[in-house]
Amino acid sequence: MSQTVTPTARHDHAEGHIGPRTYLVIFGALLGLMALTIVAALFDLGAANFIVAMGIASVKMVLIILYFMHVRYSDKLTWVFSVAAFLWLLILVGGFLNDYFTRGLVAGR
Amino acid sequence: MAETAHATATAHAHGGGHGHAHDPNLAHHFEDMGQQRTSATLGMWAFLGTEVMFFGGLIGSYIVYRFTSPDVFGAASKYGLNVWLGTINTVILLTSSLFMAFAVHAGETGDRKAQVRYLLLTMALGTLFMVIKGFEYREEYHEHLIPGPHFSTEALHLPEEPAPPTASAEHAHESAETLKTASFLTVTPVQFVRQRAQMFFVFYFFMTGLHLLHMVIGLGLVTWVLILARRGRFTPSYYTPLEMTGLYWHFIDIVWVFLYPLLYLVALHK
Repeated sequence: MSQTVTPTARHDHAEGHIGPRTYLVIFGALLGLMALTIVAALFDLGAANFIVAMGIASVKMVLIILYFMHVRYSDKLTWVFSVAAFLWLLILVGGFLNDYFTRGLVAGR
Repeated sequence: MAETAHATATAHAHGGGHGHAHDPNLAHHFEDMGQQRTSATLGMWAFLGTEVMFFGGLIGSYIVYRFTSPDVFGAASKYGLNVWLGTINTVILLTSSLFMAFAVHAGETGDRKAQVRYLLLTMALGTLFMVIKGFEYREEYHEHLIPGPHFSTEALHLPEEPAPPTASAEHAHESAETLKTASFLTVTPVQFVRQRAQMFFVFYFFMTGLHLLHMVIGLGLVTWVLILARRGRFTPSYYTPLEMTGLYWHFIDIVWVFLYPLLYLVALHK
């Protein structure tokens, strides 16, 4: 049992590689992406405005999760747990947006 | 580090020593510090998964309303909210996350002074965020943008006679007429716009309010780990409370990363 657990412990300490310099770079990227999302919002791209804004927000989220929340340097099981959360979200939101935005597509309804 | 963890695990497995050889922070149902820490991280992520689900449900329903009445939501966002304060708050929250990452790093290296310093900075920025949000709410209150009997669309510059906005409005109108149901079911376009404008602010206050509630809880947690850090309770082998509080704080940041473009940047180009 301890044989299976100890490698995890060893792997965890790989986190030591991440330091203040990485955090500053990520912080800069987050600020840059925030500026980009404002600039994108200043142009009328139609429905693409929304997609661009959500795309940029998703990139920011991934950066925060991977670096600030250390998931990049965590073990496989943490990856599974963190990815699962967003997989369920995709099913939830994908499902009900699919419902609402396809209403009225069938003639006579 | 890994060697000590292994050594304690072995000592523990042999069951020989009570109270010696292993880290005092190791709860005795865990094999070693690594396992204890992984368990805490997984538990935290499972919890954050539930948080993702309920914020996701809210954001999803907001998207449905936003796309069924894009003009009303655009006007409500542009004239009802203060995009400057929203942007400043975004920068503040991102910076607080940076300081939180520094605080966790200080936990990793065992630098007690840096832990205290960065936790205090995180708290200061978190509080500043809430104060600015308070000023925003005040502005919106004065413009009668709180949903309810005193709600007014005056500040929103909505067109006098709006075009029938969506299919669902027409549907409600038509079906009510054909069925000759009671008049309270019939919604005129003007009433409809007013309802949807209120709906925007229902979402706005509910989502930002829920986010603020998380900030209050987050500040409570930061205060707790600040006290522990000051007492020197964190060592490079054990700073799990600090790290878990960090995860929670970053999660609050992520929620705001989505709320900001959704609420403030709807119709900046109009």
